[in-house]
Amino acid sequence: MTEQPRLAEQNAAVVLPEPFLKWFAEKGWSPRSHQIELLARAQAGQSLLLIAPTGAGKTLAGFLPSLTELAGRPRRRPGQAHRGIHTLYISPLKALAVDIERNLGKPVQEIGLPVTIETRTGDTPSHKRQRQKLVPPDILLTTPEQLALLIAASDARRFFEDLRYVVLDELHSLVISKRGHLLALGLARLRSLVPGLQTIGLSATVAEPDELRRWLVGQNPPKGSKGPAMAGLITVAGGAKPDISILDSEQHVPWSGHSARYAIPEIYEAIKRHRMTLLFVNTRSQAELLFQELWRANEDSLPIALHHGSLDVGQRRRVEKAMGENALRAIVATSTLDLGIDWGDVDLVVHVGAPKGASRLAQRIGRANHRMDEPSKAILIPANRFEVLECRAALDANYLGAQDTPPLIDGALDVLSQHVLGVACGAPFDADLLFEEVRGAAPYAGLARETFDRVVDFVATGGYALKNYERYARIRKTKEGLWRVSHPRVAQQYRLNVGTIVEMPELNVRYVRQGRGLAGRGGPVLGKIEEYFAETLRPGDNFMFGGKILRFEGIRENECIVSNGAGARIIVPSYAGGKFPLSTYLADQVRGMLADSSRWQALPEQVADWLRLQKEKSVLPKRGDLLVETFPRGNRHYMVAYPFEGRLAHQTLGMLLTRRLERVGARPLGFVATDYSLAVWALDDMGALFKAGKPSLSELFDEDMLGDDLEAWLNDSWMLKRTFRTCAVIAGLIEKRFPGQEKSGRQVTVSADLIYDVLRSHEPDHILLQATRTDASAGLLDVSRLAEMLSRVRGRIMHKQLEQISPLAVPVMLEIGKESVNGGANETLLMEAADLVEEAMGHR
Amino acid sequence: MSFSLARTSLIAEADPVGIAGERAVCDPRGVLYFPELRLLTVSDLHLEKGSSLARRGALIPPYDTGATLLRLQAVIADYQPAIVISLGDSFHDGGGAERMHSSFRERLEGLMAGRDWFWVAGNHDPDAPADLPGETVRELAIGSLLFRHEPSKVRVEGEISGHLHPCARIVQRGRSVRRRCFAGDGGRMIMPAFGAYTGSLNVLDRAYAGLFRRETLMAYMLGTHRIFAISHSMLRPG
Repeated sequence: MTEQPRLAEQNAAVVLPEPFLKWFAEKGWSPRSHQIELLARAQAGQSLLLIAPTGAGKTLAGFLPSLTELAGRPRRRPGQAHRGIHTLYISPLKALAVDIERNLGKPVQEIGLPVTIETRTGDTPSHKRQRQKLVPPDILLTTPEQLALLIAASDARRFFEDLRYVVLDELHSLVISKRGHLLALGLARLRSLVPGLQTIGLSATVAEPDELRRWLVGQNPPKGSKGPAMAGLITVAGGAKPDISILDSEQHVPWSGHSARYAIPEIYEAIKRHRMTLLFVNTRSQAELLFQELWRANEDSLPIALHHGSLDVGQRRRVEKAMGENALRAIVATSTLDLGIDWGDVDLVVHVGAPKGASRLAQRIGRANHRMDEPSKAILIPANRFEVLECRAALDANYLGAQDTPPLIDGALDVLSQHVLGVACGAPFDADLLFEEVRGAAPYAGLARETFDRVVDFVATGGYALKNYERYARIRKTKEGLWRVSHPRVAQQYRLNVGTIVEMPELNVRYVRQGRGLAGRGGPVLGKIEEYFAETLRPGDNFMFGGKILRFEGIRENECIVSNGAGARIIVPSYAGGKFPLSTYLADQVRGMLADSSRWQALPEQVADWLRLQKEKSVLPKRGDLLVETFPRGNRHYMVAYPFEGRLAHQTLGMLLTRRLERVGARPLGFVATDYSLAVWALDDMGALFKAGKPSLSELFDEDMLGDDLEAWLNDSWMLKRTFRTCAVIAGLIEKRFPGQEKSGRQVTVSADLIYDVLRSHEPDHILLQATRTDASAGLLDVSRLAEMLSRVRGRIMHKQLEQISPLAVPVMLEIGKESVNGGANETLLMEAADLVEEAMGHR
Repeated sequence: MSFSLARTSLIAEADPVGIAGERAVCDPRGVLYFPELRLLTVSDLHLEKGSSLARRGALIPPYDTGATLLRLQAVIADYQPAIVISLGDSFHDGGGAERMHSSFRERLEGLMAGRDWFWVAGNHDPDAPADLPGETVRELAIGSLLFRHEPSKVRVEGEISGHLHPCARIVQRGRSVRRRCFAGDGGRMIMPAFGAYTGSLNVLDRAYAGLFRRETLMAYMLGTHRIFAISHSMLRPG
């Protein structure tokens, strides 16, 4: 280690221009070896992936090749044409782009570089965007959606002709989503426009760096080359070990639930002992609850703020500013603050609830103390007993440096459809050339020509077997064989619908004075709330939002009207987003901990006691085994299984198991799933049935359930409809909904659900349904996770027949009644309502 | 007036009740049948809505006409009506009948054969559909019933109309259920839209203001196999 700085200094002189060396010297710093290495290799023409922990000077490293090159470029003389963009920086978050502008602007100014830096995001005013087209900055900081728009403009070739570098920040988080697919296609386009283009990816530690290295460069290798092309790799070893502890509470740790209310006094004490504390939770509802509880305990009136994605942008910016100025003592936040944003002097990170994925934990811990050589300090607050196990496992994983980003999936076809239309909006394209270009993007490297042609067909006329829409084609093949947009309106529609983030329908939350009801007008907008939540409210209900208690007055057009609320019965909105499954790695760690009683010493006493009790009353499964308990309770019979594969996979499993139990006549009544386990209840004694082999547990859990049963259930599932809507919007089949347009009349729009029903019964193999099924299997259903589990436990299912509920079963049993499984039971609800009417009218 | 509530498979079992001297059955598939008159009413088919939107660049699947006709075929096969009244907006636009694929046209003509068929003019299709049999009328009075597309502003007892695409929403145990519905207050009835791509508008929306007597308004919500009669007090906007 001691060699490295000296080596760096020697090399630095070789590659770093004088003003940079002077700047480093004035700061009393010396360039880090990875910064110099990256610069040298970039100058040699390589594309590169830099993997480094937070605080390693990653951002500066990423920009050094651009800055040094720009420093040596002759100034533009008056009258000379404006030069195009030199460097494009792309980040997943708008806020990150804004932050980089500030952080990069400082050294640029201090070194005295003639470099202009600007952001371009969805928030950038249109006059500024127009000006950027005429007078482009040297460095443009932007998002994947904006890149897609720039590419789809007719002046794209000219705009990008001077482009040298693309810097991709937080690459590990960009690549795992559909946004990553869109970005990969955008990069492929840029490579065609500017053949010598170099990319620089910045990433936190990942399990499979080679996946990212391929992602950064074109995947059309020249003939005769061996293996896929990859970017060069520079890895910086982890910084100081973070100082992480799990709260060992004096209080009773609850069996279930997610509020962590029990720990509020201890959390508050921790806040008081530190300069600035960042409190992370997994969902927006948890954020609301925690914020409320902290203020209840806040006797010293410490400045404690709330930050989550549903709040109004203005309010979020105020919180971020106050944070940067160190004017806050604590911020309760969700993933909106999750990525590498570097604000203020955070000296403690508190993570409430289970961290779910070890890499996510590492990322969040990185917030504290943004200097690599000082240890970050963090406290984990498990909200229930299983979370204690999970936190412990996550903690061990962090020390081991284990990382578990999900495996990259093949490029989505709805995203490709959007891109194809975008390319046509920019300039007419040749299908053969575009196919080659698209295959250069790593997620689409394996794309079949036949699939690509179906996508082009879909973009042109909808791709239906019934060829009805030829005359309405959006793109048409010209005599020269190029695909061209058929009407300027198509490009206009494309621009409005670009992007891959399809929000759930949302309503603005508008505040009015109390007592005005729906007639109240003109109050401020507090943020957004999901429509389906607002729909369950009755006027007069009180709910929590943005840290305030609000009274629901009603829905007016696209607004949810609220006034000041109060009262004891307060509802917390649930948000569909933000539910992370337990990572595979972490689940395995938790199972390992359960199986190994010698590791229980590291657990709080009450949790260790709980496990000991389980061992006594029932059994603890071996690491690779699946425990299934059966027991009677009330007049029902229960089966509880402990796969630890996350709620999504468990829900799918529950759905499939109940279908099978139904078929064998066990008369199942319902099920409930948590992240850790699954409970099914029935009228018949399932334990006795399993014992008698009617069916045996191995038959019940056989992998063949993923065949016809899954298919049959899937087709009617609300989850598939929701997924279809997303795919249809991304693919440009239906338009995004915009504020004010939400309830714009029954004749204008066709709902995605209706389209889904019609398409499924008339053309079940349509490319969009294909894309929908692929998505649903990977996302909402987590089928691959379930499949892995089923194959892992084959022959390893352990059945324990009990007289009564086991200690381990308590948490999931407490969930019964709290959360029902969506879908299916709607008719029952209607029946209840109709019966109420009959009753009231005296018919019975 | 009151209506009987049919189960699809058990039409004979439903108790028919009189409306202005005529008995009617609300079918959960969204049609209204008068057994004595052997008269079937269906509203807002919006045939060729898919191709109508495609003309403006939204290439949604062109199967809506086929899907709608298939459902209509099933209903007609069950009731074997002597008279069919299509209550307006039968086509999504004036050119719809012309654009219709020949196979769909043949299917429709097959359904029309051997019965009296009335096309009530709607706002989307004010003129007679091109090259199709049947009689196009502005409105139609049969006994004490009056069939027209848009509900009249002035109350007319026994009026059966469409146009508004009513749906209703209830919230039960914290969950919301929204369904298309027949809306009636004992005096008039507004029918649900039948077309595969037709959306719906909540009966509590402003558009219905003044049409119903609030206190007797009932929503007959369409279930999978039966109708659910829900009174005004249980309904939610939105």
